[in-house]
Amino acid sequence: MVPQMTGPTSAARYAGTRVHRVEDARLLTGYGTFVDDITRPGMLHACFVRSPFPRARIDGVHATEALALDGVHAVFTAADINPEVHELWYSIMGKDIPDTPRPLLAEGEARFVGDPVAIVVAGSRYVAEDAAELVEVDYEPLEPVVDYRSARDASELVHEGYEKNVAGRLRGGNKDLMAEVGPSAAHVVSETIHQQAYVACPMETRGIVAEWSGGEMTIWAGTQAPHEVRAVCSRVLGLPEHRIRVIMRDTGGGFGQKVAPLREDLCVMVAARKVPAALKWIEDRRENLMAAGQARHEHGTASMAFAEDGTILAANIVHTQDVGAYPTPWPVGTAAAVGMIFPGPYRVPQAAWATTSMFSNTAGRIAYRGPWQFETVARELLLDIAARRMDIDPVELRRRNFLAADDLPYAMATGMPLDHISPREVFEHALELLDHDAFREEQAAAREQGRYLGVGTSSYVEPTTSAMGAFGTEGATIRVEPTGKVNVYVAGGSTGNSLETTAVQLTADALGVAIEDVNTIQGDTAVTPFGLGTGGSRSGSMIAGAVGTTARTLRERIIAIAAHKLEAAVEDIELADGRATVRGTPTAGLSIAEIAHTAYFDAASLPPDIEPGLEASGRYRAEAMSIWANATHVCTCEVDVTTGMVTILRYIVSEDCGPMINPNVVEGQIDGGTVQGIGGALYEHLAYDEDGNPIAATFVDYLMPTIAEVPVIEHGHIETPGPGPGGYKGVGEGGAIGAPPAVINAVADALSPFGVTITDLPVTPASIVALLDEVRAS
Amino acid sequence: MADVEVEIRVNGQPRRASVEPRRTLADFLREQCGLTGTHLGCEHGVCGACTVLVDGDAVRSCLVFAVQAEGAEVTTIEGIGAPDELSPVQAAFRDHHGLQCGFCTPGFVVSVTAFLRDHPNPTDDEIRDGLSGNLCRCTGYQGILAAVRAAAAGAQATTG
Ligand code: FES
Ligand code: FES
Repeated sequence: MVPQMTGPTSAARYAGTRVHRVEDARLLTGYGTFVDDITRPGMLHACFVRSPFPRARIDGVHATEALALDGVHAVFTAADINPEVHELWYSIMGKDIPDTPRPLLAEGEARFVGDPVAIVVAGSRYVAEDAAELVEVDYEPLEPVVDYRSARDASELVHEGYEKNVAGRLRGGNKDLMAEVGPSAAHVVSETIHQQAYVACPMETRGIVAEWSGGEMTIWAGTQAPHEVRAVCSRVLGLPEHRIRVIMRDTGGGFGQKVAPLREDLCVMVAARKVPAALKWIEDRRENLMAAGQARHEHGTASMAFAEDGTILAANIVHTQDVGAYPTPWPVGTAAAVGMIFPGPYRVPQAAWATTSMFSNTAGRIAYRGPWQFETVARELLLDIAARRMDIDPVELRRRNFLAADDLPYAMATGMPLDHISPREVFEHALELLDHDAFREEQAAAREQGRYLGVGTSSYVEPTTSAMGAFGTEGATIRVEPTGKVNVYVAGGSTGNSLETTAVQLTADALGVAIEDVNTIQGDTAVTPFGLGTGGSRSGSMIAGAVGTTARTLRERIIAIAAHKLEAAVEDIELADGRATVRGTPTAGLSIAEIAHTAYFDAASLPPDIEPGLEASGRYRAEAMSIWANATHVCTCEVDVTTGMVTILRYIVSEDCGPMINPNVVEGQIDGGTVQGIGGALYEHLAYDEDGNPIAATFVDYLMPTIAEVPVIEHGHIETPGPGPGGYKGVGEGGAIGAPPAVINAVADALSPFGVTITDLPVTPASIVALLDEVRAS
Repeated sequence: MADVEVEIRVNGQPRRASVEPRRTLADFLREQCGLTGTHLGCEHGVCGACTVLVDGDAVRSCLVFAVQAEGAEVTTIEGIGAPDELSPVQAAFRDHHGLQCGFCTPGFVVSVTAFLRDHPNPTDDEIRDGLSGNLCRCTGYQGILAAVRAAAAGAQATTG
């Protein structure tokens, strides 16, 4: 069911339909091209020597024995690699920020277990690994700063010059807000909520092949943003951009981890200029879980003041996040989003926030699907806790506070401008799909029999398709080839999110041709227009804009040629089904193939003012600063109060991402994000022991959901068109934002007869049993 | 240690090579045979991305040395179907959006092919059990579950 909020959507032939993906045939048969599938003549292989200590002085690196091994070409250390860096900054943040340190190889001091200290180059990966074991490093272990929560008081510093291990702080609003509003409020609820570290963990680890030849650098990468790889390579090596070509075809998942080239990638780029052939580095899983960055590790004290009837009067969050040793990119600015979006989809007249980023001797913080999702975790957990304290159903408390259509546009008290959203509608739709009242009855009946069922909801608003800086535009080139077949070129960076299918669907519609007649070329910086790739839930809207802008020019040209040849007025030409016809006389017409033939092979018969050929490039500029999407997740579960086992019974996502370009792709994005969020709520934990050793560096210890654990996800769609092409909104990240609190709230609801309050993630069987033991004891 | 001569039939073709005893079957297939459809997601036997059939059994090729497959019949993803001629399992994955990035996909397709041969009419619980050794980070398994159900139903319909 698709309730239509406003206006009809386009009568497009392909947009909105579940067309087969163009990526699938090759991926299903083993003919995809991932970075590890690339081989080059004489290709060499890299392996990193990594610190086994969370913090240690490096007194020397000895490579004699390693270099003596047959097949070893070189061992490079910080002294060889680091001085080659011209400048290092990322497009998302620009260069004018107080960036945190990021040496390519550890220099003088290793700062987390897994910190790369040297890079070994050999004829095969096997030999490179052997040689890495032979590199001797003189370490002098130092006292590490393991826990970011106590890092402020630690006697040691992760980085010189960052007092108390603070990487940065930001705040907004009246810092005395709760002290001022609290005393006169009927209820004030405040809890400190802790989230564990968990990570993107794409099934394909990181990898890169860099080939320096004849003054040109060619890079094959697993990446979400090939143009960003080129930009950063150009900055780091001081090479002009046009001497660098970055190519990617298939990338095995990214979820934020492959947005920005990280230290090892950059190290390979530098090392590639020092060796005689292409240099390949493919990360192994242990490295990926140890050194490819961490995310989500944070806590916050969330507070809300309520009037007697449950109306929210004010909200405040004091947030602290772990940024590890080498965060990428600069982590302080992104953390502000946690505070700024904390009011969420509710009427909150006053709000304030503060955020602190703390260094620790652990893997650096990097982007992960909805990097600011802690705002939703903290707010939605707090609302359930507050409802129970106020003795109202959490559903009812939310109903009293949701923004309604009449409230829009609405400026959050933090300044975020909301519009084109439907918080009430998605919420009620989700509850309808569940039949919330019936569930409450079922729950009551189950409790009679000693079974504990629970329901949890989580609602959020999410800024997608940011127009900030380099994200604000996207280009496309469309070529109608001489036979009338079409190629569309966009920046790409598809990592499973179906950007090829998306571009092909949109182009076929924009030109009125059959989808089989459109092909797309993406992920090669030599031939595609600049664009920042997959990130920030931007691709759908931005590709639609780029294709739309470019196709408009081509349509005009096609119509002008057709009008000229058919001796009709331009206004009378219709373009559909691969033909230009004259309105009213459908028999008079020309196929796109005939028009293309004229445009390329018979320029003499073109109208005099029309350029020959049928190729156009265009660049779209985002129309709004961001496009807001919103959703409600609803989870029901059963908790075994003896073993602490949680079984998810039903899972519903009702979302408003505007009209859908391809519902399969939309639902697939929601499903994937949701299951990552379920993993974060119940299973995944990138844990360190108290000495700073990672203890979840294999898939035996880092537990991602399998098909055995996941529920069937039910979908509800509400369509409020957003301010942009087609009304499309972003949908890539939302699932991962909404899921954790829905699951935790369901567990807390199941356990509500025991009076437990859950504030620590993940919720594991052991943590549930411990909570129950605690309340039983008191 | 000296290299060892092996002969393995891969997708019906005999392949002879001289390999280091420590070379995994996965690396042999990817590097010696150029069959890069077999993917490596963990190299420690948990993710199932490297699954191939060895004498008909679904096997994690990252855990097997090439020399252990001496004389065996190996089927990789490339031997299951072709881009213009998808197997029923592959077609079901396409129809039900059972893949996104496609990195886990060869392992799933091989595992499902063997699973449905052994369980032609599986319940959902059997599907979940049978495929719990394959990890996917993209799909949340929704499309995969739907695809396996559909492939099973399709096979039932054709065999009557
Ligand atoms: S690569 Fe073999 S099981 Fe993961
Ligand atoms: S489709 Fe990407 S890991 Fe399964």
